[in-house]
Amino acid sequence: MPPRVIAVRSRALAAMAVALFASVASAQNSNSTMDEIARYRQMLQEGNPAELLIARGEELWKTPRGPNNASLEKCDLGLGPGVIKGAYARLPRYFADADQVLDFEGRLVYCMVTLQGFARADVVKSPFSGTGQRQTDIESITTYVVDQSRGMKIDVPQEHPKEKAAFERGRYLFYMRGGPYDFACSTCHGADNQRIRLQDLPNFEETEAARLAFAQWPAYRVSQGALRTMQWRINDCFRQQRFPEPVFVSQATIDLITFLGVRANGGTMDSPSIKR
Amino acid sequence: MPDPMRIRANALADGVDVRVLMSHEMETGQRKDGSGNIVPAHFISNVTVSHSGKVVLSAEWGPAISKNPYLQFKFHGGSKGDEVTVTWVDNKGETRTDKAVIG
Repeated sequence: MPPRVIAVRSRALAAMAVALFASVASAQNSNSTMDEIARYRQMLQEGNPAELLIARGEELWKTPRGPNNASLEKCDLGLGPGVIKGAYARLPRYFADADQVLDFEGRLVYCMVTLQGFARADVVKSPFSGTGQRQTDIESITTYVVDQSRGMKIDVPQEHPKEKAAFERGRYLFYMRGGPYDFACSTCHGADNQRIRLQDLPNFEETEAARLAFAQWPAYRVSQGALRTMQWRINDCFRQQRFPEPVFVSQATIDLITFLGVRANGGTMDSPSIKR
Repeated sequence: MPDPMRIRANALADGVDVRVLMSHEMETGQRKDGSGNIVPAHFISNVTVSHSGKVVLSAEWGPAISKNPYLQFKFHGGSKGDEVTVTWVDNKGETRTDKAVIG
């Protein structure tokens, strides 16, 4: 007896989902639109292509590479050299050797430079893959490491003075209006019931929304066919606000991520997730 | 050598449930790049799944299938501990075969 093919993720499915959105999109029906988006995500949950990256990231972590021909297995993500499990959920944090608060991607750059001997300029040059391009090393390793924090409590520390300062600067940045539209992060993310096109915008002044947002990045963006990291998310928000492009793993981006992370403390990591 | 697939196979009461996540660009051949040139078609054209030397699923795919395809299906006649082999071939002739043990 021939087997029944139950599900093949296809563009037809995406088109059906879009038709679903279009049919329910109206001011009064924002709840059912949200429900349909949630149902669409649920349908995609099983076949998250981010899983394909985890193995690649693991290989990149463990393989000796770079001028020093060293692996990243001695990289200290805050819980001790080489300890990956639960590390992402406790970042950003202060690192004494760098004398700086670093988020995961910032710490990864630090380790790639100091342990493996890569030139920093090369490492930060093109951290995000383009359309149709192979995912970058940074994206792959980030997927591997964040997967090891799945299900763990978000616990971004605020003990060291620099950690507290990063939070304060991040909060300032969150509310700072600028750019040609005079937008701040809070313009979109500081009030309830806002959306951009058909995408609901979480209000980060609400703890539950902040937790969900922080827990679900990095995420595989189906519309882009690629895994996107938290640094990418900040970069893309700046783009949407028509702000100047932020420097990859700059202090400003780390401060913002610190602010968002601390606001999300107590939540549960659920990454890599899958999004529209 | 194309990236490996992730295959999960579980023996259930009504058959073996197989879930395969394949890594592939699935370029339709209709997209244009930044300079306006067509990005050439590159997609999986055939998928074959076999168990105990018999083909249990044979599929012909085209541009409608999304990037990084996810395939889920059930077949009868497999037991826990058996091996399931999945092979895909794309329109450029590249191919990838991976196996999984039914759990």
